[in-house]
Amino acid sequence: MFTGFFYTLRDEKVPVTPTEWMTLMEALDRGLAGASLSGFYYLARAVLVKSEAYYDRFDLAFRRYFDGIETSEKLAGQVAKWLENSLPPLKVDPSGRIPFSDWSLEDLKKQLEERLAEQKEEHHGGSRWIGTGGTSPFGHSGYHPAGLRIGGQSVNRSAVKVAAERRYRDFRNDDTLNTRQFEVALRKLRQLSRNDEKPPDMLNLDKTIDATCRKGGMLELVWDRPRKNTVKVILMMDSGGSMNPYARLCSQLFQAASKVNHFKDIKFYYFHNCVYDRLFNDPFCLVKNSVRTIDVLRDLDSSYRLIMVGDASMAPSELLMVGGALDWGVENDEPGESWLRRLAGHFTHSVWLNPIPEYMWPPVGERSYDTIGIIRGIFPMFELTVEGLERAVAKLKVSK
Amino acid sequence: MERSIYQGTADYLVSEDLRNAVNIAMALGRPLLIKGEPGTGKTMLARSIAEGLGMPLIIWNIKSTTKAQEGLYVYDTVQRLYDSQFGDRDVSDIRQYIRLGKLGEAFVSEKQAVLLIDEIDKADLEFPNDLLWELDIMNFYIPETGETISARHRPVVVITSNAEKELPDAFLRRCIFHYISFPDEEMMANIVRVHHPNLESNLLAEALKAFYWIRSLPGLLKKPSTSELLDWVQALVVGGIHPDRVTAEIPFLGVLLKKNQDFDQVLRRLHSPGGLQRQTGWPGNVRSGIRN
Repeated sequence: MFTGFFYTLRDEKVPVTPTEWMTLMEALDRGLAGASLSGFYYLARAVLVKSEAYYDRFDLAFRRYFDGIETSEKLAGQVAKWLENSLPPLKVDPSGRIPFSDWSLEDLKKQLEERLAEQKEEHHGGSRWIGTGGTSPFGHSGYHPAGLRIGGQSVNRSAVKVAAERRYRDFRNDDTLNTRQFEVALRKLRQLSRNDEKPPDMLNLDKTIDATCRKGGMLELVWDRPRKNTVKVILMMDSGGSMNPYARLCSQLFQAASKVNHFKDIKFYYFHNCVYDRLFNDPFCLVKNSVRTIDVLRDLDSSYRLIMVGDASMAPSELLMVGGALDWGVENDEPGESWLRRLAGHFTHSVWLNPIPEYMWPPVGERSYDTIGIIRGIFPMFELTVEGLERAVAKLKVSK
Repeated sequence: MERSIYQGTADYLVSEDLRNAVNIAMALGRPLLIKGEPGTGKTMLARSIAEGLGMPLIIWNIKSTTKAQEGLYVYDTVQRLYDSQFGDRDVSDIRQYIRLGKLGEAFVSEKQAVLLIDEIDKADLEFPNDLLWELDIMNFYIPETGETISARHRPVVVITSNAEKELPDAFLRRCIFHYISFPDEEMMANIVRVHHPNLESNLLAEALKAFYWIRSLPGLLKKPSTSELLDWVQALVVGGIHPDRVTAEIPFLGVLLKKNQDFDQVLRRLHSPGGLQRQTGWPGNVRSGIRN
């Protein structure tokens, strides 16, 4: 049942697994959804979705799959009068419940329309006509395993309408993010150090005491492998004019990276549009406060993880021509592209984070009209969003 | 088996979808994972479930050093060593050195218990995975004594998380999840009334107006939450502040804001043109909220 919904969810990139789907089926069998779509909405969300970041995608999928299946306002208005004089709610013996098995909303809707065309007066109780009580699929306060509720006490707003509001849009994790979310994402770089094969040379005091006591006082030393984070990071940020709209975002990333103090070492450098023979120590990019790129490459070994941040957008000459650098006084003997390739070649793990949304990027290697395409060919490029950063971190864990 | 249904309690207002989530989790016998902004009452929920259903509440506070094993049982080997050296007790009976942890306690409880595993994300990354088996099968084995501790009644397990760390997928798959979103003004008014039943409605309205204005400011390092609002309202009442002054000067701002930068920012905005006082067309509906 609803298997299509499962695939709609997968289609919207909600990570649903068959295990969770079976749990939902079990819950439906026990009647935990009540007999309403709203009940189903909350039940399915609670069982299938495990992070508020996916609530919005769930809402989208729900709307896509169930849109249009609820009774229209007009339809409800017509029958509302019949339903006003109602019977007390029908009590259903749970054992008498027919398991939800073969019903289709399309058929139900069609039936409802036909029934509506035939029915000329109020009906209450019984099992066929639209009315209250009873076990017809249509009406309220009655019971039918797959009934459409029309009017009656509205406990919830229409589930599809609730879904359509997209109240959880703010929690999407492909939105651009705040400092804290950056931090959480960057912390994941820590897992890198867990598999370190170092000799066990750290005394574990607790375990030693424990083991000694178990041996009745005979000293038994327990050694651990040290689990220090060995990740070293270089963050190079573009502080060019085209980056101004993203200044806030970049400063948040900078704050997060400097706050996350679990890296063994972290270095910050700045560049203006593209990296040439000098890297700058602050965002003002003045030669007097700069270091030679070649020195950086010599001093920092290749195990540093390189994170480039920039829009990768510049005049093609800045990237491809000798002497193409934008600033006076920086006369590059080599085109920027060579420097970028040199960086990517030196560091075994590198990524490029781009604040420009991914759908606007030209394909890898596209050289004709945009420098993003060229740079994508040099560095694996990710969007500067939570999801993009997570993917970038995952990329930084494996050497290319 | 007849199951009790959680309805909320007098001092804890529960939204429809949260209540559903609780009941779904209980019916399916799955742990309920609760996430949400600080101060949205995640921890209070377990208290309310316990009170509402008349069950004992067992709280397991997780710290960064907590190990999954501690929740099951602890074998006090040091005590046993002492005892063996001073001969106080018969040390051959290991059972007396086994202490059950919080999960163990919940298993052996005479009545079905509510077990709150508070702030699970504080612990090591592997912590939740280490508990998977015990939470699924509801028993564990103590090799030292050869005993198996099984749950007499499957406890209602409520787990809270502040999203400091990602939780492992295998763990998430087994949970029922609910995100408590920040209450909207209407819900918040109800919450404040639960705690301050005799509050002047004028004062409440002004306080909420100021509160949601502060929350709507961009770039706050730490947004004030429900518990801070409650403290602030208390301060306003005790200080005998006239409602008119609340939005004009926001007295006792330090109760709401805990960071210097935030404090400065709010004061600056308050006294600038277009501050709270001069704002027309007040945006009454804040986007995040609890649905009724």
